Order: sequence, then structure tokens, then C-alpha cells
Amino acid sequence: MRIVVAMRQLADLVEELEVNDEGTDIDREFVKFVSNEWDEAALEEALTLKDELGATVTVVALDEPDVDQTLYAALAKGADRVVKLTGNDPDTWVRSRERAQRLASFLAGESFDLLLTGVQAADDLDGQLAGILGSLLEVPHAAVVVGVEGSDSKVRVIQEMGGGLLGVSELDLPAVLGIQAAKQTPRYAPISRIRQAMQTGEISEHEVELSDASAQVKVRRLYPPESTGAGATMLKGSPKEVAAEIIEIIKSKGLV
Amino acid sequence: MSVDVLVIAEAVAGEVPDVTYELLGKGRELSDGFSGELALVLAGEPSPQNLFGAADVLYSMSGMEAGYCAPQWEMSLGEVIRSAHPKVVLVSTGTVGIDLAGALATQFDGVLASYVIDAVMEGGSLVVTSQLYGGKLLSEVEIDSFPAVLSVVPGSFASDVGRVVGEPRREVIDVGGSLSSAKGIAIELREPDSSGVDITAAPLLVSVGRGIGSKENVELVAELAEAMKAPLSASRPVIDQGWLPKPHQVGKSGKKVKPTVYLAFGISGAPEHLEGMRSADVIIACNTDAKAPIFEVAHYGTTLDLFDLVPELTDQVGG
Ligand SMILES: Cc1cc2nc3c(=O)[nH]c(=O)nc-3n(C[C@H](O)[C@H](O)[C@H](O)COP(=O)(O)OP(=O)(O)OC[C@H]3O[C@@H](n4cnc5c(N)ncnc54)[C@H](O)[C@@H]3O)c2cc1C
Repeated sequence: MRIVVAMRQLADLVEELEVNDEGTDIDREFVKFVSNEWDEAALEEALTLKDELGATVTVVALDEPDVDQTLYAALAKGADRVVKLTGNDPDTWVRSRERAQRLASFLAGESFDLLLTGVQAADDLDGQLAGILGSLLEVPHAAVVVGVEGSDSKVRVIQEMGGGLLGVSELDLPAVLGIQAAKQTPRYAPISRIRQAMQTGEISEHEVELSDASAQVKVRRLYPPESTGAGATMLKGSPKEVAAEIIEIIKSKGLV
Repeated sequence: MSVDVLVIAEAVAGEVPDVTYELLGKGRELSDGFSGELALVLAGEPSPQNLFGAADVLYSMSGMEAGYCAPQWEMSLGEVIRSAHPKVVLVSTGTVGIDLAGALATQFDGVLASYVIDAVMEGGSLVVTSQLYGGKLLSEVEIDSFPAVLSVVPGSFASDVGRVVGEPRREVIDVGGSLSSAKGIAIELREPDSSGVDITAAPLLVSVGRGIGSKENVELVAELAEAMKAPLSASRPVIDQGWLPKPHQVGKSGKKVKPTVYLAFGISGAPEHLEGMRSADVIIACNTDAKAPIFEVAHYGTTLDLFDLVPELTDQVGG
């Protein structure tokens, strides 16, 4: 089985996100970029399938800040090949439609059975990647996937339908899946192995030129939620004082 | 009159979710703005107690297989869209929306806005607000080319305006014939595991998020829960890491809870978590990040470190 995993970099949500001067994107200059957590689940699922069934795992990502680190870590965890797609401006917001087009252009020259990617990314204004990519490639796709069982010509997928309900279906291959959770928590690559991958592994580069940009919504402004005034009353003081206040509030509701 | 707004009912297991009525209410407003009709598309036949009176037209996709298969839904909804020609398609950010909004927008050469929390007409354009970066930022976009697909965060609109008695015009679209060429089949729906803790009935919930850092640390919050005689609940990452079993999960893919008091420790307040607990009477949140979105819905908040606050709470409750 040939598996391609599409991964990406994303501003670290733990950081303070500032808006740029134009007010239409985050200020990318001083933020830390990390790999999208759901893509890490997709990589884990691919590596698990490789362990179970035997598979080759190719990881592909656009040129975005610190992407080399993510690609080397993927090699260290067991990916067979890592590819960086160049041609996009690494310092601008690549929207999901364009991302899908760039990946589709690469995939046109690849033969694969499964493409796995994260179910979502926190800046997916233009929709989630798996559905768009599946549609561009005209192959079946499914997202919010929490289980993947492969066979030769079909894949059985388990999707979360909300409220704990699971939907099981079978898709023809090749297929594109948006992974919500892997069978196990993503494996960890020790620094020494990542260093080794940096010395002996290789990131191959593949340039993608897009002729026509696809339709996407125009961003008028990006802004932090204005506190509606309905926001929280902040409790001030030492842990002891705040704890006492919280218990008072709970008691006033007849609880505890 | 033409159909201008089409709402997709995500009634996969037969039951119509609340969000469908929320979308119908919003859809009514938008279709009135376009001076066009509002349609709803449903897999199968409506049951008599379904209240679809807000819509002018009800499309039933007949011949659908039981269960859920994304390629089949994509194909069937594609047929309805070809027939109805809506300007705007409304779906939620549930599984059907995550699966198909992007695919349908691509197929029909339309634009798509996701994580939508508001949409209003301004002249002939739609001005749409979305929640990005886990709710840390909002974006405002203008849509003036159609078709447009909006994938809406559940809970963004009131559902009562959309829940109206009435008889929309019926259109049956038989998809049964073409489904054999879909590249997938539905196998089964599995009901949720009902064993384990029931977090939906308790008046007080003590909830823990990824801020707790490790499985061992969860114990600290478990002690507080025990002292308060309340069940311990959690956000999704805590479950995915294997720190607590699935029945403890609150949110979109976990349980919807409505306790009198919800205590949240180290939970950021992502839209998918809020979906499960925002209607609690009193929400008290502890998060070291003063800008965490949880404080937008919390009634009381503190930026104290949970590792300082939780043991203090346990002490005081126990003492
Ligand atoms: C289809 C789908 C369904 C989903 N369903 C669900 C669902 O049902 N339930 C759910 O919860 N999520 C769900 N999610 C995931 C959701 O998007 C978020 O990833 C998740 O809610 C984040 O959990 P969290 O707040 O615990 O973690 P994070 O977002 O990582 O937040 C951790 C917080 O802890 C704070 N913190 C860190 N250390 C401390 C400390 N010492 N003291 C106090 N605070 C601290 C940080 O400031 C941060 O805000 C779903 C996602 C998708 C795509």
C-alpha cells in the first residue's frame, strides 16, 4: 500500500496571535510555527498502517516556516520519503483551496492508494482540506475519521458522526481521508533520531506552479473577538482567596 | 420563484439535529433578503413531528442507503443542488459539513466559508463572520459571487425561529439509481458506548483540559472532583491521549452537558468544546492565558495556574 500524508505548518495557538497592519491576516513575523496537531494524527495512522500491513509512507508539505523540522521528524518516526512543495510564498496565508490545488498538482504525478491528512487546521476559512482535495482529484474522501482498515482495493473507515455515534463505510481506493484521531497517540521521535535524519535523510523538493487561482472568499478583516461585555467576571487574589470565592459561587447554587 | 437558500439536514441516523433548525431560521432570513425561496434537503422521508414549516420547499433524497457513506451523500446532494440551483447552501461544521462543504463548493465552482458564526445581507452581498484559530480570532469576509457554501458552527443561531409548523412543497429526488456508481458503500452506524460514567445528569461537573499536561496530573483534578462529589469530565485531547476514557468527553464528538455549574481547568474553549457545554448555567474557568476563548463564555474566570488553584479548592472543600 502506498500512503501519502499531507502535513502543514500552523501558527502555534499557545502564542499570542497579532493581526497584521492590513488587518487581513495574522502577523507572521514573530509567531512560532508548529506542525498541525491533526496532521500528526494522520502521520501516526499512516505509520501504524505501515507497521500492520506494510506500506510506503511519503510525507508532503508546502514550503512554510519551520517545515523542514516537521519533515525531518517524520523521517525519524519512520516515513520513507519526505517532499517539500515549493512555489508558494512561505510567509503568506495559503488558503485551503490553494493548498489543495498545489497538493493535487503534485499528486497528479504520484501513484497512491491512500492520502491521509488532518481533519482540520485552525485557519481553514475556506473549508477543510480532505474534501476539497478529494473533489479535485475526483476520488472518494471522508473526514472526521477515527479508524482506518486497509485491504487491497478498498478501505474501511470509521467516522465520528457526533455525540458518540460512529459511521462505518467502505471506500474504493485511492481515497483521501481527514484524520481526527489515530489508533494510538502520535509516536515521539527522540532528538537524536531527528538529528540523524537531518544528517542522513533528504528532503526532496518539487516545484508547483499554479496557473489559475481558485475562487476564495475575500477577507475584509481579521480581529480578536471584541469582548461582548458578557465575558467572564475575573476573580482576583491569591489561590486561597479565589478558591474561597469559587466555593461560595457553587454553594450559592445549592451545590457542594 | 427560485430557490435561493438550501439547508442540508444532517439527519444521518434519522433524527434531525438542532442545528438544522438553526440553519432554517437563518436561511429564512437570508432567502427573504434575496426575495427567493428557502429549501431543505433531507435524506429519506420526514417523520410527522418534524417541523419544517420555515422552508418553502422540502427535497427528499429517496433511495439512500441506511447509514452514512460520504461519496453517496456527495453524489445525492450534488443532484439536489443541480436541480435547485441555490445561491447559498447552509450546512453545519458537523461531519457532513466537514466532509462535503469543500467538495460541493469545488464541484459547483462556488466559494466556501467555514466555521461561520454569523451571516447577514448587505446590499447584494453576504457578510460572513467566521471563528478562526480555535476562536482566538474572527474573520469577516464578503461574498458577492454565488453559489456560496457556508459551513456554520452549531449553536450560532437561535433554533426557535426555524422550528415552525407548516407544509413545505415536496420534491422527491430519486437518487437510488445513480448510487450504484458511487465509489463507496455504507456499512453500519454504531451507537455510542453507554457504559461508564454519566456526565450528562450531574448538576456540577469538574472538567479538565490539555493544560493538565499528563495522565499523572489528572489525578489532582480527580481528587477535587471526588471532594466535590461531582463527576470528572474532560476535553477531547485528554481523551485522545488516553488520560481518561471516552464517556468523560464533553463537546461536539462527546456529550452535550448542561449542569448548574461547570468548572473548567486548563481548557481553551475551542468551538467544538463550547458546543457541548456553553448552555451550563454558570461556567467558571481557570486558564493561565487571559485571552483564551473560554473566558468569552465563562461567567467567572481566573488566570491562576491550575496547579496552584486546584489543591487549594480540594483543601477548602474537604475542610
Ligand atoms: C470534528 C471535531 C470534533 C471535536 N470534538 C471535540 C469534543 O467533543 N470536545 C472537545 O473538547 N474538543 C473537540 N475537538 C477538538 C477541539 O478542536 C480542540 O482541539 C480541543 O477542544 C482543545 O482542548 P483543550 O482546550 O483541552 O486544549 P488546548 O486548546 O490545548 O488548551 C489548553 C489550555 O490550557 C491552558 N493551560 C495550560 N497550562 C495551564 C495551567 N497550568 N493552568 C491553567 N491553564 C493552563 C492553556 O492556556 C490553554 O488555553 C474536536 C475537533 C474536531 C475537528
